[in-house]
Amino acid sequence: MLNLTSLFLRMKRMKGGEEGGDSSPGNSSPEVCKKVRTQNTEDSEAGVASEFLDSDWARLPQELLLHIFQYLPLLDRAYASQVCRGWNQAFHMPELWRCFEFELNQPASSYLKATHPDLIKQIIKRHSNHLQYVSFKVDSSTESAEAACDILSQLVNCSLKTLGLISTARPSFMEVPKSHFISALTVVFVNSKSLSSLKIDDTPVDDPSLKVLVANNSDTLKLLKMSSCPHVSPAGILCVADQCHGLRELALNYHLLSDELLLALSSEKHVHLEHLRIDVVSENPGQHFHTIKKSSWDAMVRHSPKFNLVMYFFLYEDEFGPFFNDEIPVTHLYFGRSVSKEVLGRVGLHCPRLVELVVCANGLRPLDEELIRIAKHCNQLSAIGLGECEVSCSAFVEFVKMCGRRLSQLSIMEEVLIPDHKYSLDEIHWEVSKHLGRVWFPDMMPTW
Amino acid sequence: KTILSSPRVNMVVNTVHWFRKGLRLHDNPSLRESIRGADSLRCIYILDPWFAGSSNVGINRWRFLLQCLEDLDASLRKLNSRLFVIRGQPTDVFPRLFKEWQINRLSYEYDSEPFGKERDAAIQKLACEAGVEVTVLNSHTLYDLSRIIELNDGHPPLTYKRFQGLINRMDAVELPAETVTLEVLRKCDTPVSDDHDDKFGVPSLEELGFDTDGLATAVWPGGETEALMRLERHLERKAWVANFERPRMNANSLLASPTGLSPYLRFGCLSCRLFYFKLTDLYKKVKKDNNPPLSLYGQLLWREFFYATATNNPCFDKMEGNPMCVQIPWDRNPEALAKWAEGRTGFPWIDAIMTQLRQEGWIHHLARHAVACFLTRGDLWLSWEEGMKTFEELLIDADWSVNAGSWMWLSCSSFFQQFFHCYCPVGFGRRTDPNGDFIRRYLPVLKGFPAQYIYEPWNAPEELQKSVKCIIGVHYPKPMVNHAEASRVNIERMKQIYQQLSCYRGLGRNMTRILITSYSHFDARLRVYRVNSGHPGIHYENNPIHNDDLTLDVKANMLQSRNINTILHLSTPKLNKHYSCVMGKEQVAASQ
Repeated sequence: MLNLTSLFLRMKRMKGGEEGGDSSPGNSSPEVCKKVRTQNTEDSEAGVASEFLDSDWARLPQELLLHIFQYLPLLDRAYASQVCRGWNQAFHMPELWRCFEFELNQPASSYLKATHPDLIKQIIKRHSNHLQYVSFKVDSSTESAEAACDILSQLVNCSLKTLGLISTARPSFMEVPKSHFISALTVVFVNSKSLSSLKIDDTPVDDPSLKVLVANNSDTLKLLKMSSCPHVSPAGILCVADQCHGLRELALNYHLLSDELLLALSSEKHVHLEHLRIDVVSENPGQHFHTIKKSSWDAMVRHSPKFNLVMYFFLYEDEFGPFFNDEIPVTHLYFGRSVSKEVLGRVGLHCPRLVELVVCANGLRPLDEELIRIAKHCNQLSAIGLGECEVSCSAFVEFVKMCGRRLSQLSIMEEVLIPDHKYSLDEIHWEVSKHLGRVWFPDMMPTW
Repeated sequence: KTILSSPRVNMVVNTVHWFRKGLRLHDNPSLRESIRGADSLRCIYILDPWFAGSSNVGINRWRFLLQCLEDLDASLRKLNSRLFVIRGQPTDVFPRLFKEWQINRLSYEYDSEPFGKERDAAIQKLACEAGVEVTVLNSHTLYDLSRIIELNDGHPPLTYKRFQGLINRMDAVELPAETVTLEVLRKCDTPVSDDHDDKFGVPSLEELGFDTDGLATAVWPGGETEALMRLERHLERKAWVANFERPRMNANSLLASPTGLSPYLRFGCLSCRLFYFKLTDLYKKVKKDNNPPLSLYGQLLWREFFYATATNNPCFDKMEGNPMCVQIPWDRNPEALAKWAEGRTGFPWIDAIMTQLRQEGWIHHLARHAVACFLTRGDLWLSWEEGMKTFEELLIDADWSVNAGSWMWLSCSSFFQQFFHCYCPVGFGRRTDPNGDFIRRYLPVLKGFPAQYIYEPWNAPEELQKSVKCIIGVHYPKPMVNHAEASRVNIERMKQIYQQLSCYRGLGRNMTRILITSYSHFDARLRVYRVNSGHPGIHYENNPIHNDDLTLDVKANMLQSRNINTILHLSTPKLNKHYSCVMGKEQVAASQ
């Protein structure tokens, strides 16, 4: 019988003793496997067995064996399973197949190897009912995303708790025909009645499929990540928030965010929300964005006082009009493109819960007053990162002095700091270290 | 010549100096050592013309090399000698030369790179078999790299901070060796045959198979003479501005400067030690301060840093099998790569830089950051190895260690780099050169666009595009990616990778974490070192208390030195102990 273990063994051999760091399962091509097969049968059977059976190793209790196996990567488990019947049985214990990460890559579009098709077949045949935590890592090719959908559609007799569809290079699930994707996904929704975590960012999931999710998994769903899913409407996500009262983490794009959604999430039936992540992305310059009422945010904070509001902004400078005019309970702010001094000034005034701030770029004028204002008003601020910005050394020192030791993360590119009459670049490292109570240096890039 | 014809042939010392890098007569200690007590000297350079045409090295780099050789030949003429350019492979050439010239001494400059070390070991063996004594001295780097690694418990330093700490503990840099002059060669014969030019002349680009039609004059003329002139100008300018801090970038710094030195350091037309001591002297003179800060030598130390990290790592220029490189699922996309390499991305800032690189063989280091970030983690998500190869072809100063190291750095593949910050292909250029003159210079098709649109011409109204006779999508490409969307996607990819590395992927444990990506931008920043021990990859968890480069470096080095292959929980006290031993005394004081 061509079983999993011999398959792995051959792969192991094929790797030719190269002890790579990659523990991912089933990295090999069928052609090479065949070549090694003959030599494999010769040496694996005989010899080792008799001596081995006398030793205590063969009598190791299954529970212990299981425990050990849990620490081994798949390839090593496969290797061990060749040793004796007992270890081979242990190899197939359901506990070892609860989690699996399918890696689907094509040689033309990826440098990484893929989970071997034979292994995938074997898992579907023999272990699909054991799978609980499953993720698919898919390269940039549509082919790989389609392969993932094909596997998903075959997972009919399993009950998943966790499902992640992860595009490792480009959002390739978006290229799959929508109907194909939806039917594969709903297979999981319908069959897995206790799905608790779902990560489907950058996919063509739509409102009707979310309805299926809600119908089957509303009691168990805790985490839903669906940033950049263009086929979902605000009504679709509202339906999830209305029905899934256990939802603790939610990630979506700004166009799905509405006052109604926030109110639904802060209704009495709903558990406290832990994280809400919002991506604000501009598709074309000059795009208009709606506003969210302060009262809706207030309702959220009253209902879930500790929730994190994480916002990623990828906007043109002139699109910030609707943002930060009123108080907003944002805790983590990320500005992925240039953001104006004026907007950062508003951030200083209206973000009292701010914990983390990353500014990737700003215009040519120094951010001195803005930083000081942020230090003054954002009393929770503990992490800040600045990229293509400018800050005078004195203002920066003042900022650090005001925040003091609560700044656990301070990541400033060296070029950001402009020496002035008070501090040179060499001096600033001392001064800042003093206020932080630990050694600090600006981030550096190589002078190439 | 009398010596050669004398009967005491066995007492005669005939020496050959083999030039590879180090194409100079100043600070060339192995050459000087070779001449000491020698009766005859020949200087050779070995070049494989068949390899030349087919290699990945572009015309600007070849031209630079040939000019260096011409210059070396001219300088050797002044010493009544010549440069012998020998066609072939070192392993074929040497046994022949040893016999033909009755050589019993061979000298060359130490090469720290893995490939060079391997090649030199083979030659050393051949020399040994032929009874030839070999002299190898270090002069391409400031320090003996093996000494740096020894100081670091046998491991290459993985952060620049750490490296600086080690440098502080090293012995002072050795003084440059005296220049080789006629006086030095007084007692030494320098045989040259009449048909030297035919047999050993410096080849032309045409001879190497390059088409030189329409080739513009070199922006970077090669050679030691040029290098020393530039060094003087470089120092004069520094003295003039009397500012030793890193110059801030502006529109002008994007252009090739007559005081630029990087290609000369790369080929060793300029000694890094000479540069080092000239800088020191100038600083002392101008600042009246006898303790120049390390930052004075920034350019030299970065180079040294990458040489040190690469010297024992033959896979330094690869992702696979490279223990210090994070495995990132880069996209493979030849068309997108070609657009980048040929300057057809549709982002004028990127395309202008790539055009300058192709035309002149040099770009400013921040321009390198811009295009490297764009190719890898910023926009295209293509492998840094591909970018490195393109630079190897086009960039005159591209050096195996520095090139690969910088690419790993910029793609956040190693050196514990912060990755939240991506250079914007529109904004970064605009900050540097608000008017866009750099773009107009290298992309004349866009020269009619006003400053407002020159970095993003696709946003210019159609009327304007018509009036400047450049329709975007016809005369100049549309942008190949939506930068906002690409950076959103890519920052997620990076977070994903770093988080995955952060937790041991033991089965049945933590597997739900596949989905639970962190919300902090900084948790994701966690710097990871993976030991290629053949097991799941060893990663340590981000420790929020100790997050600066230095501590992480300590972690990395501890990890390395023990080669542990289980998850490593570093307790704070333990860390602090190591932490303080890494830093100098004053730094500890500052931290208290």
